[in-house]
Amino acid sequence: MQDYQNQRSTVLQILDEHQSMPGSLLPILHAIQDTLGYIPPAAVADIASALHLSKAEVHGVITFYHYFRETPPGKHTIRICRAESCQSMNSKGLEKHAKAKLNIDYHETTADGQFSLEPVYCMGNCACSPSIAIDDEVYGRVTPEKFDQLLACKGAE
Amino acid sequence: MTRLFISRDSTALSLGAEQVVKAIQQQTAAQGQSVDIVRNGSRGLFWLEPLVEVETAAGRVAYGPVNSADVASLLEAGLLEGKSHPLYLGNIEELPYFKNQNRLTFARVGLTDPVSIDDYLAHDGYRGLQNALKLQGAEIVKQVTDSGLRGRGGAAFPTGIKWNTVLNAPADQKYIVCNADEGDSGTFSDRMIMEGDPLVLIEGMTIAGLAVGATQGYIYLRIEYPHAKQALNQAIAAAYARGYLGENILGSGKTFHLEVRSGAGAYICGEETSLLESLEGKRGLVRFKPPLPAIVGLFGKPTIVNNVISLASVPVILDKGGEFYRDYGMGRSRGTLPLQLAGNIKYPGLFEVAFGITLREILYDYGGGSASGRPIRAVQVGGPLGAYVHEGQFDTPLDYEAFAAIQAVLGHGGIVVHDDTVNMAEMARYAMEFCVEESCGKCTPCRIGSTRGVEVIDRIVAGTDKDQNTVLLRDLCNTMTFGSLCAMGGMTPFPVLSALNHFPEDFGLPKGKA
Repeated sequence: MQDYQNQRSTVLQILDEHQSMPGSLLPILHAIQDTLGYIPPAAVADIASALHLSKAEVHGVITFYHYFRETPPGKHTIRICRAESCQSMNSKGLEKHAKAKLNIDYHETTADGQFSLEPVYCMGNCACSPSIAIDDEVYGRVTPEKFDQLLACKGAE
Repeated sequence: MTRLFISRDSTALSLGAEQVVKAIQQQTAAQGQSVDIVRNGSRGLFWLEPLVEVETAAGRVAYGPVNSADVASLLEAGLLEGKSHPLYLGNIEELPYFKNQNRLTFARVGLTDPVSIDDYLAHDGYRGLQNALKLQGAEIVKQVTDSGLRGRGGAAFPTGIKWNTVLNAPADQKYIVCNADEGDSGTFSDRMIMEGDPLVLIEGMTIAGLAVGATQGYIYLRIEYPHAKQALNQAIAAAYARGYLGENILGSGKTFHLEVRSGAGAYICGEETSLLESLEGKRGLVRFKPPLPAIVGLFGKPTIVNNVISLASVPVILDKGGEFYRDYGMGRSRGTLPLQLAGNIKYPGLFEVAFGITLREILYDYGGGSASGRPIRAVQVGGPLGAYVHEGQFDTPLDYEAFAAIQAVLGHGGIVVHDDTVNMAEMARYAMEFCVEESCGKCTPCRIGSTRGVEVIDRIVAGTDKDQNTVLLRDLCNTMTFGSLCAMGGMTPFPVLSALNHFPEDFGLPKGKA
């Protein structure tokens, strides 16, 4: 809750900016996550009251969509594609390698706070499978070796 | 100044196109040369990306695949004059992969600057809209109906009929919604249009608005496509600035506003009613039909919901006439389909062809066989809810009805290739697992059936009461097919049963007995 006191003005400002927008809940949640990195559970009450919704409705929307998160992410978010095209090019091997290398499972963050790992179902990069994304950048034809190189690059940032 | 073309397409970027741009900028600047690098869409020949094209007196000359480390030797060999180099490809449009296509919807992709109105106009852009502005709404709808265009998102519903329903639904407000939630594995044609020629989508939506009297459009774009979002927003801003969007379009007195909205990683939101719920700010729960969205759609108003490719095919239809488009294709599948060839394939990419080509031609003449060099064993056509097709079915022509006849679907035109190392029981299990992950949860057959499906497949593979569990799996698939509210639960049995029927040995069952 202490944290939210610092974040609250950001949330209230975002709510204010979306006042006249029809169907504004998803744009609001995106704006909060883009700014804060996640949607603080304590923000639900403010969002609900601004949109005249119940807290349960807002919570329901946040948890329905895979992309929204309620905990702070690592410095970088790695997404590995689990869909069929990537499977045909051995994404399962890559998945296993990544989990071992980072020593975490999906939906977890490394102890040093550097990397979060999330599954994703297709990034439209199927012509160059297997694919991963690190933050907003997609990488194609990723081998375990290339994964390690990318990790080293990002870790050094 | 020499003009170069290097793609801003996501897949080109995923292979290092940005680094190639930087290397060329730095090295030409160091040599005191100035170049103009246009960030175009991709030509779709992805084994050649990052592709560099240079404009010469003799036309455009291509090089690829170019790594940033190749730039020094390319410049030394005379890249800027289009001279010879080991990566030299000549005119990309003369390569058979490109030359044999029928690029109607993708005519400009890879050719032009995607966000330049002037470039768009110079390549026949906005001619469809100019024609539409002279027509009554019903006349526009008639052109689309005459073209035989069917929804390219997967359901293949006649686009003209949908438009006509919205046209005839009286309301104070109507909407045009573009379904850009392209979640099927193996598909990327929507993404390539939005990144490579976003104005054609904007033009198509504007024409749809004029046709049915809708003044507001939304593009519901999946969050996994940040580059498409950027290109769309740039193109929309350019169209507003030049009077192609907004109030009084080109002095016609007509209005059409357009906005991009981001999804949040839910596959189900590609289902049209779930998408509308999401646009309204709710959980993406599927709605009961009827009422159809054409009657009671977004915010309760009549709404056209069309896929990106459907809408992007409208400008050429209005430019050249419904008959021109209808003259391509076979049977009741008219026009062209942008195919996306992906997975374990030597020459992956996008090519737009008329309906009628066979799967074998696609896989071997275009695709060149598997990437691994091993035999192709199974091909999934139409995304995660599409059936697996085996070698004996490769002569099926690309046609909605021909695919239906082999219990398969064309869907959105995505083709994912697996070689003979694939375990089809694992793929069947994955299909059920994906349904568990992505089900909206509203109907029981999909929500519970998918979980039970994973368990039953596990028991078959483990050898527990194999025969009984196989019967149970078929029964479960029957329940899901006929009892689910939408295609998510209703079509998950396609990949599962096709895997079981064509590849029973992978489930530890004798051939011909499953």
